[in-house]
Amino acid sequence: MEVVFYIAAIVAIASTVLAITRLNAVHALLYLIVSLLSVAVVFYVIGAPFIAALEVIVYAGAIMVLFVFVVMMLNLGKAATDREREWQRPGMWVGPSILAAILIAEVAYLVASPGTAVYGSAVIEPKQVGIVLFGPYLIGVELASMLLLGALVGAYHLGRHTPEKTES
Amino acid sequence: MASVPMHQGLLLAGILFALGLTGLLVRRNVIFMLMSLEVMLNAAGLAFVVAGSRWGQADGQIVFLFILSMAAAEVSVGLALVLQIYRRFKTLDADAVSEMRG
Repeated sequence: MEVVFYIAAIVAIASTVLAITRLNAVHALLYLIVSLLSVAVVFYVIGAPFIAALEVIVYAGAIMVLFVFVVMMLNLGKAATDREREWQRPGMWVGPSILAAILIAEVAYLVASPGTAVYGSAVIEPKQVGIVLFGPYLIGVELASMLLLGALVGAYHLGRHTPEKTES
Repeated sequence: MASVPMHQGLLLAGILFALGLTGLLVRRNVIFMLMSLEVMLNAAGLAFVVAGSRWGQADGQIVFLFILSMAAAEVSVGLALVLQIYRRFKTLDADAVSEMRG
């Protein structure tokens, strides 16, 4: 299990370094998704399977899809076809694919050999998390829902396309 | 019986946070700055989960849930701001938007 932790940590650091040094936004997003997936593997190894699933679904799924949509919306216009052709040149997918293949091999190894968590024997189950979340932290859940509602209204207001003439 | 000491996980969180901070300071593209912010929030959540897992408590994971919802709210508002910046200034350079001389 320790080997899985260290390999996932190395993959996380390497993909984060590659993500913040890319010049192209889509290439950086590919490496950033690999970084989040490797952190999800780290979560699974240290005994937090619920958080690992949430990391994959919310971070690598929803938030990264938001980024991809915005990058695609911003690249409409001139020379978009040339840029698309440049992005699709073969070879750019090799780096993220290798890192993702390492993570897939790690997950297959973890599934094949069920063991205990790295820290002691305590895997914190989703049931335990839910009991504590809706017990002492109930007010935090309510505050988070109000924060998300505020973010929804704010994003709708800011992202609305208003013509310049109507503004005084 | 911890086979990997806790400070290894905290070290990983610290390295990821430092990388995100470096990206935030170095890059001038607003999209890359938001991505670096995501890396930093993720590293902070990793530190909470590592500590909670070390002591066998679920509190660390709950704090990660709150960080997750906060990151989702932050990135949605931030990307809406990016769209507005691109519509008004036709660029994504953070220095070009410094009208307030900040």
